[in-house]
Amino acid sequence: MKRVGIEVSAAIAEAAKLARVEVISAYPITPQTHIVERLAELVADGELEAVYMNVESEHSALSACVGAAAAGARTFTSTSAQGLELMHEILFIASSLRLPIVMVLVNRALSAPLSIWCDHSDVMAARDCGWIMLFCENGQEAVDSVIMAYRIAEDRRVLLPVMVNIDGFTLSHVIEPVEFPEQELVDSFLPPYNPLFTLNPERPVTMGAYGMPEIYTEAKYAQEMAIKGSKAVVKEVMEEFGRVFGRRYNIIETYNLDGAESAFFALGTINENIKTAIDALREKGKNIGLISLRLFRPFPSEELIEILKNLKRLMVIERAMPQGAENTPLFNEISSLAFHNRLEIQLENYIAGLGGRDVDPQEFITIATNPFQKDGKMNYKVIGVRG
Amino acid sequence: MAKPMESYRWYELNVGCVIDEPGNSIVYKTGDWRIMRPQTDYSKCTKCGLCWLFCPDNAMKPNEQGFFAPDLDYCKGCGICAQECKFEAIQMVEDRK
Repeated sequence: MKRVGIEVSAAIAEAAKLARVEVISAYPITPQTHIVERLAELVADGELEAVYMNVESEHSALSACVGAAAAGARTFTSTSAQGLELMHEILFIASSLRLPIVMVLVNRALSAPLSIWCDHSDVMAARDCGWIMLFCENGQEAVDSVIMAYRIAEDRRVLLPVMVNIDGFTLSHVIEPVEFPEQELVDSFLPPYNPLFTLNPERPVTMGAYGMPEIYTEAKYAQEMAIKGSKAVVKEVMEEFGRVFGRRYNIIETYNLDGAESAFFALGTINENIKTAIDALREKGKNIGLISLRLFRPFPSEELIEILKNLKRLMVIERAMPQGAENTPLFNEISSLAFHNRLEIQLENYIAGLGGRDVDPQEFITIATNPFQKDGKMNYKVIGVRG
Repeated sequence: MAKPMESYRWYELNVGCVIDEPGNSIVYKTGDWRIMRPQTDYSKCTKCGLCWLFCPDNAMKPNEQGFFAPDLDYCKGCGICAQECKFEAIQMVEDRK
């Protein structure tokens, strides 16, 4: 495996090529654009044997993927923020029809005010669409996650779409050293997609039929059991990926957590800054760790309980602003876990890095050394807000 | 899906609720939300077949004598047949089940 310096967006396009995608359908939107531009080039230059569909919107982009996946093709799409919102109704259809589409979501803030910069308000608004959701911290993880995503999605026990989340600009537009696996190795890890049902005139089937009240509950329950059951498959695939390619991933990543009494909890690239803060805090003798999720949907509850049991304090860092909610999405999951499992842990909720705002490691040092006291107005503290 | 919907368990459904058995709509009687039904006055019916032509559910069917009568398993009582009949042979009447 050769190590090359490459923009992460281009690296993701190369990963889709390694996965031998057959249909790509996407509409360019900042900061996702470079991924689909590079894929269009690969197809135009004959380097990738796939159909690149030019569509007029993200709604069509995902609809085309749904159709192509239903016909039995391995499909890829990518979007950001408003594009994901335009896809929203199709997100549910893709997961309910159990189509193993892989989408790279380049995380970006939602309008208004118009922002092209990174935050997680797009993914959090789509968190309950029935997609498996993976998060990445760096370019290598993004490349590996795209390959793993197809293996997970197409597993007969899963058959669900997978969203690979990468932070806009802070990851998508950064040039990083990436090791690309050999095509033969990827081929052995990722066999051609063998669909269970396809739209085929030789053997006609109906997809997306009407679900009367007598059957809808059962249909949704079956879907829920599939996504809950996918966690075991995700673990299995990550383990096999480690055996084949030598890079090991876990559904939950931790940093300096052995013997730590308190920890940060966050998603995406912000973890790199938190790690810098942790290193500085460790030098001062404070034993503090980090928990980050590589797998956000299905939520890895059992595994998290085991980790949280040993902690006294957890600082949840959310990169999205919930409007009018009791708490932030990530915090709601954690506090629900803590309450129902009677965990004695102090939970604190912080919002940081909205709309691409830089969060200095010093901020995390301040958070770690000064526990947030609720003043009765807000359940969370917004880092960096002037006022 | 050849059995009544109520008897399906969640784990018996096809992945993605795909229906892999063509023609299963025949099994389901879809006329059960009807509140009105067409009644044909055979003394006025000319067997022209307009009701059959316009019925959106193909529920108007010729009987042995060539007159048209609704198939109540599928008729939803929309009243299009009564509207289209040029000879006022079809009246919509309350359906008592």
